[in-house]
Amino acid sequence: MIDQGTLENTLAAATARGGKFAEIFVEDRQSSGALLDDNRIEELSSGRSRGAGIRVIVGESTGFAHTADLTERGLLQAATAAADAARDGNGGVRTVDLSSQHVDSPSPVKVMPETVAKQRKVELLELANDAARQVGDSIAQVSVGYGDVRRRIQIANSDGLLTGDDQVKTRFSVSCVALGDTGMQTGRESIGHTMGFELFDQYDVTDLAVKAANRAITKLGARPAPSGAVTTVIGKGGGGVLFHEACGHGLEADHVAKQATVFAGRVGELVASPLVTVIDDGTMPHEWGAYAIDDEGKPAQRNVLIEDGILLDFMWDELRARAEGRPSSGNGRRQSYKYLPMVRMTNTYIANGETDPEDIIADTDSGIYVAQLGGGQVNTVSGDFVFGMTEAYLIENGEITEPIREGNLIGNGPEVLTSIDALGNDFEMGAPGTCGKDGQGVPVGDGTPTLRVPALTVGGTAA
Amino acid sequence: MLDELLELGDRIVGRAKDGEQLEAIVVNERETEVRVFEGDVESFTSATSQGIGIRVINNQRQGFAWAGTLDPDVIDSTLAEARDNATFGSVDPDLKLAEPDGVPMAELDLYDQAVADFPTDDKIALALKLEKMTKAGDPRVVLVESADFADSISEAAVVTTSGIRIGGRDAGSYVTSTVIAGGDEETQIGFGYAVGRNPRELDLEKAAEMAVERSTRLLGAVKPETGRITVVLDPMVTAQFIGIIGATLSGEAVLKGRSLFADRLGETVGSELLTLVDDPTNPNAFTAGEADGEGLATRRNVLIEGGRLNKFVHNSYTARRLGTESTGNAVRGFTSTPGAGTIALSLAPGTREQAELIADIEDGVLIQGVSGLHSGVNPVSGDFSTGADGLRIRNGELAEPLREFTIGSTLQRMLLDVIEVGGDLDWLPSSAAGLSLVVGDVTVSGA
Repeated sequence: MIDQGTLENTLAAATARGGKFAEIFVEDRQSSGALLDDNRIEELSSGRSRGAGIRVIVGESTGFAHTADLTERGLLQAATAAADAARDGNGGVRTVDLSSQHVDSPSPVKVMPETVAKQRKVELLELANDAARQVGDSIAQVSVGYGDVRRRIQIANSDGLLTGDDQVKTRFSVSCVALGDTGMQTGRESIGHTMGFELFDQYDVTDLAVKAANRAITKLGARPAPSGAVTTVIGKGGGGVLFHEACGHGLEADHVAKQATVFAGRVGELVASPLVTVIDDGTMPHEWGAYAIDDEGKPAQRNVLIEDGILLDFMWDELRARAEGRPSSGNGRRQSYKYLPMVRMTNTYIANGETDPEDIIADTDSGIYVAQLGGGQVNTVSGDFVFGMTEAYLIENGEITEPIREGNLIGNGPEVLTSIDALGNDFEMGAPGTCGKDGQGVPVGDGTPTLRVPALTVGGTAA
Repeated sequence: MLDELLELGDRIVGRAKDGEQLEAIVVNERETEVRVFEGDVESFTSATSQGIGIRVINNQRQGFAWAGTLDPDVIDSTLAEARDNATFGSVDPDLKLAEPDGVPMAELDLYDQAVADFPTDDKIALALKLEKMTKAGDPRVVLVESADFADSISEAAVVTTSGIRIGGRDAGSYVTSTVIAGGDEETQIGFGYAVGRNPRELDLEKAAEMAVERSTRLLGAVKPETGRITVVLDPMVTAQFIGIIGATLSGEAVLKGRSLFADRLGETVGSELLTLVDDPTNPNAFTAGEADGEGLATRRNVLIEGGRLNKFVHNSYTARRLGTESTGNAVRGFTSTPGAGTIALSLAPGTREQAELIADIEDGVLIQGVSGLHSGVNPVSGDFSTGADGLRIRNGELAEPLREFTIGSTLQRMLLDVIEVGGDLDWLPSSAAGLSLVVGDVTVSGA
């Protein structure tokens, strides 16, 4: 993307006013999307965004500037702005010799989405729309979305690193509204992987549409969710968002450095039920949060965070790792070239257990079964987290019975982790997610087998 | 710079072929952000974001493309892409660009040169001062996790073949402070802010006090019992709540059968105390603006008046489909086509301060903060369930702090269950203003 000489000159300008570390992050992002709504192909859109972010670290301070001007002149201007923002007066001429390093992508692409005719994408939308509407007369509205993004990045830094990655993601989603005597309900289903258009060799969009439509229809008959503490069985797959919120964010080294997490200082301690092993793995082939290198140029890793309940390590980016004199764990990510990188999760999941999931339900006298989760949020300082249930049922006498309406579940991370008392053997990754932190969104994956928490607080309206 | 944006828009629109409608949106934004930690600058970001978005309507089909640069070289490829995209859209005779509707633009003074002139060292000094004030606010403050100063100057132009050519600019600044309070046993986090156009007029004391109060008063929080109870929503929570109500009043949601109020125009949907207004022409609003995303004048729209549903918000397309006029509510950035949404919401305030509202409540909960709104509220069905923290209200006074509970109801019921609207209107750094709101019969789920 940018030639080596220009990168070297830019890094020299970035360190001209001092600084122990300088980095240039170049990004070229092309995206395309198609939306069907209200029985119309409403919009095809295409976008292109190119630019570079330059940071200079002096002592504990970081200067950062970005530009959409990728000429040498534009890059030098940004480098000077970043250097001005973080200056220590100890500057001088410093030369950087870059050596190129290549890391194989865990997610090779078979069919580049940009090579696929737009008509083919439109046909997929129409197929899904028709399939959803055929499920029942109560389906009142259907919206179907397709999107692909190709993100090429290049990173060079004053340590001499020069590397890059080509990340391709493709996604598809169906949202339905069902109308009944009790009002409207919604059902949504989405897929997304770090791969090309071959996504649709693996998935049938009509299956997705039927699932989404059935979810909305089922909820028409849902009764108000219970309120208060109940035994909660979390279904396989998307239930992994529980761990993303309950402990994932609390294990990010930037929170740890500021003592802003309940897990600070607890490495080596039992922080979860011995059933629980939590892994963050950026190398999982084709998963939504996978990449060859992170946005600081470090290869993705498989990091075991909690093993058999014992906290082994946190997740690290370059800045926090340097301060501790240890290597980064490959978790430095950013939304785009316009942002500083920070510690982020990749694909976070709980490892498989041994119990038959049917036995977990049969063994539960009363409670709720959560089949699909929405997003969540955590206060890392107190450990309190919430997440939404978008498909859930009552469990009565060991059987899944009636559907219940949407609501949030709330719990405290450390308490929930230690109380998990059953773990299924049906591990699966869930739907693609976007994790938000400090104003930046990045793609992440979650996964889990079926599991049981003896008490989570359900925020229903049935007293 | 604004003139350059308009000229770039002219150049794009000048490429229109016979029978083709073209719309260009051109945006230029500058931002700085200073974050300090323990007396030092942790990060200093200086950023410029630019871009163009091109919408094509041809043969009753629409296409769109955007590029994150103002480089004239990309005009050709972006326009070609938008044209190509238009060939795949569904035929829709209502697809047309907005046309000038004669509504005059409000004259708002949204740009303050003081933002552009404010020196870098002063920005750093402000953030450091805020950190110091926050730290000194209470002995229980363990750490000021971050103290930030941020400013932005943004300029945008919309030019169309249908006779619209409009540009506007605004500038603003704000500070935020995030505090961790507590000790060995327990810590709580709190957040405070101050917002304004001129950075020299930012109320640092307010930001520091707010962050300190919101963290320290939660120390020792317990989980409440489950039950139905009266709640007082703190202004920040009310702003989020009315933002969700605003989403249900979007003409787009109505048009596509996703609004739970679609058939209720003219009917009573809330307490007679409720008057909900969307008014981007109010210069006090953080999101005030003279023109909407299609270049039409923004205007004051009363959406709910004394509990009666009065109006939905529309862009020109949703209005045309539903046989009405645009309300100047096209919302978008340069990376998307216009949606229809509220821009600057507020409730008509009552007269009493929060303490007076609380004094009348024998048994209730002050909701200080909510979490998981995006996952626990369904604006289509109206189901409302969110995580919360706050303080118990006993015999008219604030009592023990509470955490790890949820509040639940439905949007429909909450509007009807409003008992009183506070007089403490506060223009938050968001698209909705805050005030204290008393809502009865909300389910609190805890132990």
